[in-house]
Amino acid sequence: MDKFLTFTIVGLSTGAIYAIIASGLVLTYTTTGIFNFAQGAIGMLCAFAFWQMYIAWEWPLWLALLLSLLVLAPLIGAFIDTAIMRGLEDTTEVTRLVVSIGLLVGLIGLANWIWKPGISRNVSPFFSGHYFSLADTRITGQQLITIAVAIVVALVLWLFLKFTRTGVAMRAVVDDRALASLNGARPNRVSMLAWAMGCTLAGIGGILIAPNVALDAGTLSLLIVNAYAAAIIGRLRSLPLTFLGALILGCTEAYLSGYLNSTPNLAGLRLAAPAILLFIVLLVIPTSRLRGRRQSREFFPMPSWSGTFIFAAAVIFAGVVLATTLSNGDAVTYAKIFSVGILALSLVPLVGFAGQISLATLSFAGIGALVFAHLGAGGNPLALVLAFVIPAAVGALVALPALRLSGIYLALGTAAFAVALDRWIFNLADFDIGPLHISLFQLGSTEVAPLNIFGYSFNTPARQMILVSVAFALISICVVAVRKSAYGRRLLAMKSSEAACATLGLNLVGTKLSVFALSAGISGVGGAILGTQLRSISPQNFDFVSGLPVLLLTVVGGIGAVGGALFAGVSLMGLLPLISLLGVFFAKVAGLLPGIAGVGLGRNPNGTVHDMRDGFESIARYRPAIIWLAIVIPAVWILRLAGIYGNAVFFPLLVLSPVAAVTFATLKIGGLEQTPTVDEIPLEWKGFIEPWKSSDVIELDMALGMNEVTLHVSP
Amino acid sequence: MSLLEIAEVSVRFGGNLALDGVTLSAEAGEITGLIGPNGAGKTTLFNVITGLQSPTSGRVILSERDLGRLSPTKRARLGMARTFQRLELFSLLSVRENIRVAADIYRSYSGSKDDPALVVESMIDKVGLREVADARVDSLPTGQCRLVELGRSLATRPKVLLLDEPASGQDDNETVAFATLLRELAADGMAVVLVEHDVALVMEVCARVHVLDFGRVIASGAPSAIQTDAAVLAAYLGSGAK
Repeated sequence: MDKFLTFTIVGLSTGAIYAIIASGLVLTYTTTGIFNFAQGAIGMLCAFAFWQMYIAWEWPLWLALLLSLLVLAPLIGAFIDTAIMRGLEDTTEVTRLVVSIGLLVGLIGLANWIWKPGISRNVSPFFSGHYFSLADTRITGQQLITIAVAIVVALVLWLFLKFTRTGVAMRAVVDDRALASLNGARPNRVSMLAWAMGCTLAGIGGILIAPNVALDAGTLSLLIVNAYAAAIIGRLRSLPLTFLGALILGCTEAYLSGYLNSTPNLAGLRLAAPAILLFIVLLVIPTSRLRGRRQSREFFPMPSWSGTFIFAAAVIFAGVVLATTLSNGDAVTYAKIFSVGILALSLVPLVGFAGQISLATLSFAGIGALVFAHLGAGGNPLALVLAFVIPAAVGALVALPALRLSGIYLALGTAAFAVALDRWIFNLADFDIGPLHISLFQLGSTEVAPLNIFGYSFNTPARQMILVSVAFALISICVVAVRKSAYGRRLLAMKSSEAACATLGLNLVGTKLSVFALSAGISGVGGAILGTQLRSISPQNFDFVSGLPVLLLTVVGGIGAVGGALFAGVSLMGLLPLISLLGVFFAKVAGLLPGIAGVGLGRNPNGTVHDMRDGFESIARYRPAIIWLAIVIPAVWILRLAGIYGNAVFFPLLVLSPVAAVTFATLKIGGLEQTPTVDEIPLEWKGFIEPWKSSDVIELDMALGMNEVTLHVSP
Repeated sequence: MSLLEIAEVSVRFGGNLALDGVTLSAEAGEITGLIGPNGAGKTTLFNVITGLQSPTSGRVILSERDLGRLSPTKRARLGMARTFQRLELFSLLSVRENIRVAADIYRSYSGSKDDPALVVESMIDKVGLREVADARVDSLPTGQCRLVELGRSLATRPKVLLLDEPASGQDDNETVAFATLLRELAADGMAVVLVEHDVALVMEVCARVHVLDFGRVIASGAPSAIQTDAAVLAAYLGSGAK
């Protein structure tokens, strides 16, 4: 009984922290419609700032608390609202998610910059040495203050939302933003306040949790996945249910650590419990209504076959050039451009075409790599097929519960899956399921044999480089084939309007499941190939957080086209390592860049590659530029092979020649054509400058963001 | 028995009764009109019929089969199609591709041997979108968008076609052509249900008209009878009107 009480109190105090963080999450989600993946990272930053002031600088406790919770946290919130999130209302769910994931990745990068990782930083528990007794059980001062703070937070939130004008306005904005603003609420002020409060709550949680853990940017940011589960129990809406969910979570964790035998295979289960619980909640949550059409500025033109083949040929050529010019060490480093590119390609059909979200790309890659490691003895290429099939099957299984639900739940479901793999499954020793012997990372790392096709082994870095570039090119062609098929059209249709697809007789769940399986399968193949490059794979190669920049940069590059995937590969595995070579400062900058790119560019729905296309199109239309490229690039390469100059001259020349061609062609073509500008009548002038049409009513409704509500008078 | 029967359907949104015991029917080969002021519950009724909204109570019966809690997908496969007042086009695709998606879906579940590409071309001609067939739908004016939605639903060969404000955004000439098209569809044996603000169009093409107000059917009958019905006049013009 004593033991039970002890662990209940541990559970309640952990749950109290989750409750505080999750209530901030619910507050921002309901008022702004943005699910803040960075909630944990904000808490982490506040905890670090608190440590800096209270421990490192030895400032008084009250001052450190005041500055981190009432100055820093609200400022972060106000900054996020005004500089980052404003104007995201009309964008797709993917964009909003990418921006907040960018924030998460960016904040982790920032914390690692300011507070060098790997140094032990500890915050001593509050009121340490003070104990209270409850029926033979000791409650620490820290536990008591945590539970007390949660109760105060709950009370204050309740009073605020129920009785203050701003609180009521906040709840009104939740129901209908447009309607609330028509009734005099100021959504901008309300959303800034919601962000400030959300961040303060994250900060309180972060500081309260700090004494229980070693301060580490990544770990602390991810602790919050636990809080996400609580928020989902509250269906991202109800604060009381969120608090209840948080307490259930905290207690489950505490009982697991108290009563679960500490066999190595089950130790990870405790860590993974919140993620698994999140998954279970997603299973039982009621189905959301079918999504109607969403406004978006996206435009992904249909890729042409000729363009695709030129792209594929250029990729393979690049692979050959790199293989023949790079040293062995560099070839190993930069061949990852293409294998990470394949992982990014897996996101193109799923996110780009079908509008679904997965945060578990790297986890499926891990499964693919494991399949190849264990079944591809001697580099048997048939194992690549299994590296597609098995992750695809797992992917379908994972997506099944979440598919009934819309975007954010699917994202969370896949995140929970990834975290459960990281914390538990990937760290398991070999086990048997009936006659099936399952081997994973074998408690450390696993060797992967290089691919061997008909006796030809891809066992040197140069051969690897050519292999991955060819694989990337072939999979790109497959992805384009998907886009051009009836199936691809169906995916794009589903992305535009699920409601219309359903009323036309499309099996939505089957379609989503198939594209999810396809994506997981491609990730699996990418992972297998990445595994053959790494030679030895361990769980750290495939963890949840490392997978996020792949999604971020593919979206930044352009998630609707294979070019976006190449962009992700080149920037993550080509440019960032290059920047890091410039020195320690630049290495830190490189750590921040994916996050910054996600936050800043993730909102350009078409991606940067789309913007660059214009340049390449002008080359295609200007023959001298093509001829120039066809002569100069091979010539530059041959001179390098002949040893006339080294890589320091070769690579700048290689990059400059197409840039020169694009610039020249754009100047030539640009002078000939001017895109005509369309005179668009501003909405508020319609009905004055030209007659009022019934279509204008709809446009007006849409501009005001009014769904079903029609306020105009009938004829 | 009629092809489509709606029996005692009620929908409650919180404290608001959006539909209150609505009973009406639509016959094959006829155009049935559904009119009423904004907020009367017309679109909600369409959502109930197509399964996008579950009714609090009541039944929807198609070809003597109670549809119960069937999903929108299953209902569509039984021959139900609709258009949307708030357009639900596939905005990333062209006109032709929009209709093609529907034709492909129909082919996948019906086992039809018709070449979907040919079906699409005939639909494009039928609704008169030949000139803009390759344009992206979000570059089109609303009137034409509504025709794309119509063509898209027709590509699934429906038995029941529910049209939600199909003529809004059309000019007078387009409306005349549209009336002709509606009559042709009914003549092919389809049951067409028309929700429309253009009362003149409704009175012209419909065999029967139902009037909804505050979620209740306040009048049903031939257009000529509806036009003189006291309750209808009160609903449209206010109770003080003579």
